[in-house]
Amino acid sequence: MACPDGKAVFMQAYLLLENGAVFSGLSFGAVREQIAEIVFTTQLTGYLETLTDPSYYGQAVVQTFPLIGNYGVIPADFESKSCRLSAYIVRSWCDAPSNFRCEQDLDTFLKNADIPGLYRIDTRALTKMIRSHGTMNGLLTYTDPATNQEALLKKLKAYSVKNAVASVTCEQVSEYKHAQACKKVVLYDFGAKENIARSLYQRGVDVIRVPAYTKAEEVLSLRPDGIMLSNGPGDPAENTDIFPELKKLLDAKIPMFGICLGHQLLALAAGAASYKLKFGHRGANQPVKDVTTNRVYITSQNHGYAIDEKSLPDFAKAFMVNANDNSVEGITYDCSPAFSVQFHPEACAGPLDTEFLFNRFLDKVNHQ
Amino acid sequence: MPKNKDIQKVLVIGSGPIVIGQAAEFDYAGTQACKALKEDGIEVVLVNSNPATIMTDKHVADKIYIEPLSLEVIKRIILLEKPDSILSTLGGQTGLTLSMQLAKEGFLEKNNVRLLGANPETIDKAEDRQLFKDTMESINQPCIPSKVVTTVEDALSFADEIGLPVIIRPAFTLGGSGGGIAETVEELKTIAHGGIMQSPIHQILVEKCISGWKEIEFEVMRDKNGNVITVCSMENFDPVGVHTGDSIVIAPAVTLSDKEYQMLRSAALKIIDTLKVEGGCNCQFALHPNSFDYAVIEVNPRVSRSSALASKATGYPIAKVATKIAIGYTLDEITNAVTGKTSACFEPALDYVVVKMPKWPFDKFVYAERKIGTQMKATGEVMAIGQTFEEALMKAVRGAELGVTDLNMPSVAELSDKEVEKAISRCDDRRLFVLYAAVKRGVSLQEIHDITKIDLWFLNKLKNIAQMEQELKDDLLKQELYLEARRMGFLNSTIEKLARQKITEPIYPVYKMVDTCAAEFSAETPYFYASFDEENEAAEFIHYNKLPNKRVIVFGSGPIRIGQGIEFDYASVHCVWALKKKGFEVIIVNNNPETVSTDFDTADRLYFEPLTTEDALNICRIERPYGVVVAFGGQTAIKLAKSLERAGVRIMGTQNDSIDLAEDRERFDDLLERLDITKPRGYTVFSKAKAIAAANNLGYPVLVRPSYVLGGQNMIIAHEDADINEYMDIILSHEIENPVLIDKYLGGIEIEVDAICDGEDILIPGIMEHVERAGIHSGDSIAVYPARNLSQRIIDVVVDYTKSLAISLHTVGLVNIQYVVYQNKVFVIEVNPRSSRTIPYISKVTNIPMIDLATRVMTGERLKDLGYGTGLHRPGNYIAVKVPVFSFEKLHDVDTHLGPEMKSTGEVLGVAPNFHEALYKGLLAAGYKMKKDGGVLITVRDTDKPEIADVAKKFSAMGFTLYATKGTSKVLTDAGIANICVEKIDEGAYNCLSLLAENKVDYIITTSKKGRIPTRSSVILRRKAVELAIPCLTSIDTAMAMADSLRSKYTPENVSLVDINTL
Repeated sequence: MACPDGKAVFMQAYLLLENGAVFSGLSFGAVREQIAEIVFTTQLTGYLETLTDPSYYGQAVVQTFPLIGNYGVIPADFESKSCRLSAYIVRSWCDAPSNFRCEQDLDTFLKNADIPGLYRIDTRALTKMIRSHGTMNGLLTYTDPATNQEALLKKLKAYSVKNAVASVTCEQVSEYKHAQACKKVVLYDFGAKENIARSLYQRGVDVIRVPAYTKAEEVLSLRPDGIMLSNGPGDPAENTDIFPELKKLLDAKIPMFGICLGHQLLALAAGAASYKLKFGHRGANQPVKDVTTNRVYITSQNHGYAIDEKSLPDFAKAFMVNANDNSVEGITYDCSPAFSVQFHPEACAGPLDTEFLFNRFLDKVNHQ
Repeated sequence: MPKNKDIQKVLVIGSGPIVIGQAAEFDYAGTQACKALKEDGIEVVLVNSNPATIMTDKHVADKIYIEPLSLEVIKRIILLEKPDSILSTLGGQTGLTLSMQLAKEGFLEKNNVRLLGANPETIDKAEDRQLFKDTMESINQPCIPSKVVTTVEDALSFADEIGLPVIIRPAFTLGGSGGGIAETVEELKTIAHGGIMQSPIHQILVEKCISGWKEIEFEVMRDKNGNVITVCSMENFDPVGVHTGDSIVIAPAVTLSDKEYQMLRSAALKIIDTLKVEGGCNCQFALHPNSFDYAVIEVNPRVSRSSALASKATGYPIAKVATKIAIGYTLDEITNAVTGKTSACFEPALDYVVVKMPKWPFDKFVYAERKIGTQMKATGEVMAIGQTFEEALMKAVRGAELGVTDLNMPSVAELSDKEVEKAISRCDDRRLFVLYAAVKRGVSLQEIHDITKIDLWFLNKLKNIAQMEQELKDDLLKQELYLEARRMGFLNSTIEKLARQKITEPIYPVYKMVDTCAAEFSAETPYFYASFDEENEAAEFIHYNKLPNKRVIVFGSGPIRIGQGIEFDYASVHCVWALKKKGFEVIIVNNNPETVSTDFDTADRLYFEPLTTEDALNICRIERPYGVVVAFGGQTAIKLAKSLERAGVRIMGTQNDSIDLAEDRERFDDLLERLDITKPRGYTVFSKAKAIAAANNLGYPVLVRPSYVLGGQNMIIAHEDADINEYMDIILSHEIENPVLIDKYLGGIEIEVDAICDGEDILIPGIMEHVERAGIHSGDSIAVYPARNLSQRIIDVVVDYTKSLAISLHTVGLVNIQYVVYQNKVFVIEVNPRSSRTIPYISKVTNIPMIDLATRVMTGERLKDLGYGTGLHRPGNYIAVKVPVFSFEKLHDVDTHLGPEMKSTGEVLGVAPNFHEALYKGLLAAGYKMKKDGGVLITVRDTDKPEIADVAKKFSAMGFTLYATKGTSKVLTDAGIANICVEKIDEGAYNCLSLLAENKVDYIITTSKKGRIPTRSSVILRRKAVELAIPCLTSIDTAMAMADSLRSKYTPENVSLVDINTL
């Protein structure tokens, strides 16, 4: 079958889901069999940020918007140095992108990044299936899975995203320093999006980025004025090694700000519990209500787990909730100048409406 | 938290008649607003001069005033009704301007009326050019270098400063009328002058021309708590320089990276927040294609045409939500009606793309300047939804009813390669087709881009379509290629034509949902569009919600155009309601985003699809309807009848054969002969020679027209052979399948009848009489109900003729018949066995719900059981006068002389206890200032001279100074009427144009034997009058009516106010 420009020939590819459903489409990007957790995002723009967001580790992302790759590949917009997702699924991709910053097309990029892609499937049908069935694992393959479906399904069901944080965190400490002396924020990298460091740095603080498994003592020895807990992939409850460290830092009463996985880890460290959402929140249109002011903000989100409000300890309060399903979107802590949000105030991609939270955090840092 | 409890009674101001730049979208918005208010138990008082609207329907509001939208009248309604609040942001520019005037004068405050939706400071900040600029600067939003000026000299000196080209934008005009791009000093002088004249405050903005930048729009909403959301982004195919109303638009924006998108989105939210709008707001940006530079072009702090498009493109009901916000709700307190569970405080996610395409009137106005620029010229638009841009574009093009099903426009195909290349730089209504032809002929995309600045993304898509077309022509139609062509939006019939082979195993589309959320949540009231994919959600939805009810499909009327306006949407919607009431499951198919019919909750299901046979049959295949209705969707729906019937679909009501019988000249003549009904003598011809022979045989004047038309397209009265020659050339330039009709012209009283027929009985709610004699299109005539000058004998004949025509045509439903009464004899001019343009207003003034009754008759009920009787209904106590409204100021070079070809875009109604009062109200509502002193310039053709003295006498007696050109002057002087003789334009340096320039003329009575061609001096005079907003009366009858009305004692202060719910 012809590709969008009617020239090159693209290979048949299949997506087999845990429930036995098979979607048949065409391959683009790298050609590589892959098992992954299938999630969908409803963002209209921002596919480059999605592709380079480490939080998608172990997952195959489905774009519900049907025209992907319109503005090509713009390295300046990457949120990390590499693609951490397992596979990429779109309805169609653009072979003739157009943007003044565009450097290449999506197919070439995915080939170079060794990310397999699948296109020309009914992404809406797939999305609805995930919506009603809940998040499922899937296998991207190039031979008709009907032949040995049972064996494949067994394999599929056995799959889960493991060691996610360890796989994506940085290996070494790195610093973003201003010329003149200023306040210092330690950024715990659980799979951080670049824009978190950028957002802090632009606001006039030095950022020291540390690996996820850095001990509390080591962090404290850096004498930070604030601690930033980044986003990241996987099941938060898996990160039991990290909880005691965060608990120590919480007790140290240093201003702390958590985003997404960072928010979940802090809550778990404080004794709360997490649960898996049926199909997660992924998109740039999620309404979040600040219950202290009744203001609603449109936020960028990408998470499959959430914190159970009922499990929160006395010293923690949910100050923000999702206006659609009332799940916890933000927590403040009475015991310490710490707060966290489930969504992404650093945007990239998505709305910038909650950027002010970085100011709120840095106010605390600066008054420390 | 509930709404503000202090709001109990709200006045809603509508947008008045349909004009270019303000069309059906405000009926849609206003209707949604009224419904939203009533939902909350608020009493709604509505005022709108446009009777063809759904918002002026009985049950939409509690009190309905079809009254002139003049400040004085609105004040009187406020004093009478004592509303506690007024909703200002849903009646277009008209409603907004009136509300602001009331607020600024302190009238609202004095009468304790709260202004909802916007406040004057906000509006000024958005609409006053200088204040807008200052406001934007204060929040660091870049604007384009510009200056507000009030004189041509200042415009010139500022242009000197910033360099040409510059854009002229007049303040406070609709659709940017009076503006334009000036490339030279001479052009600047002309446009600046025109703009200053047209601006009600004589103010224009001279602005650096940034044409070529991307034009991006955001529809945003804000509530009193400061919650802000973006409903939709839109990107114009045509870069800055073309009015967004005249641009092909895609939603969402497609060529912007997230960085660019978020930059503009944040800017839009910042703007709405600064303006403190509580409701919807439209922000237009120019984005430099090669950097992050941008500029705010325009902000509309109200519901607009773009918000109607954004609503339909996303499923988010902006007007409804804006209304709820205006009465105190916050976004998070409002439910998303489509999902039924999530809140309205979110941003819609699309999993398809939408293409909007304008519908221009140049097929009717053959001499109009077709160039497209900063002044909107489109009368309507279509919207198409697809999974790819190609698919949506192809759907939009065939839905626009241009006579093509793909991007090959015959008139462009005729051009040589050189001509095509030259045409690329000319921005007119055919540009898309020229670009496509250029791509096909091998002009490089880069070259096209360099000339047009249209983003290469769009041009690449055109190339994809062109390549597909070529492959279909060259290759064997293999399954993959065929499917690929279908995905690109090619119809099966188009593929067969291109591939020159029959498709043996056709692929049909599936139907996908528009659900506001890209499938993240399940939807309660989605709508559907066709695409090529796996899952058929419509079939699933039908299966899932299985109702025992019979299903009926109602086909809508497509884009608003001259001759087929909002009246047909009114009819379609009422048909849907009537069928629903009867227990049918009703499906509507339409592609016009401006309308009530395409609101998500009008029918049980909506298909947003083009109205072609193939698209219609595909829907029938899924819905398997009991029957379909084509009688209410104008010519668009009627023309589906034949092919649907042939495909075995049941047409409800009047059958296709009856339509054919009424339109086929020979069959119709036979029928009349059988019924012993006379019509003007006439012939059917195919050639120019035959036409001339026929005309001479009948004797001039004759009426010339092609058969099968609506709105009198290409219809003229010919006075001599030369006229026939000219018009046959134009008509024959299109391929003609149907013959040209040549009839003897009879200048008698024209009357019009709408009737309902059940096959046995008829019901005529009333007879309408035109003020103008036959010869002026019924849509352009002032019509009076009930008829005033008919004897009982004539009335009896009309009723008798109507009954026998309706019955022998086997009409089941509506029929519209036009007659001329000439020398005391009744002649039939035209019979249309379908809904007509007069239905909405006649239903309202007679209190006979015609569409409802017609629909019930179509489902088998008998008229005599419906409770409204049969025969001619007894006239009521009120006189209703319908006055046409034109958009001549938007259409350059169009002759304003009225004739058999329809030119009006809308209408207003005057309702009063007597004729003169109703006429006065109608004229006032139509925008005539009704000035009772000043000067009248009279220049009429020889055939009108015998009658002109009577008219002149009346103006003279009122104290008007009369000016007349030589021939006319002599007639007046001979009749003893004082007048000043002036030269015609070509007769001297000081001529009638000079009079106009000196502000000495308040009315012009001008008729000429010939018109149309823009260089004729009579046309120049009339165009000048348009420019200077001087009323131009082009028929003796209209002039007489105007004189009588001016002589009457009526003023905006004393006309009666009629709540039509009490009629």
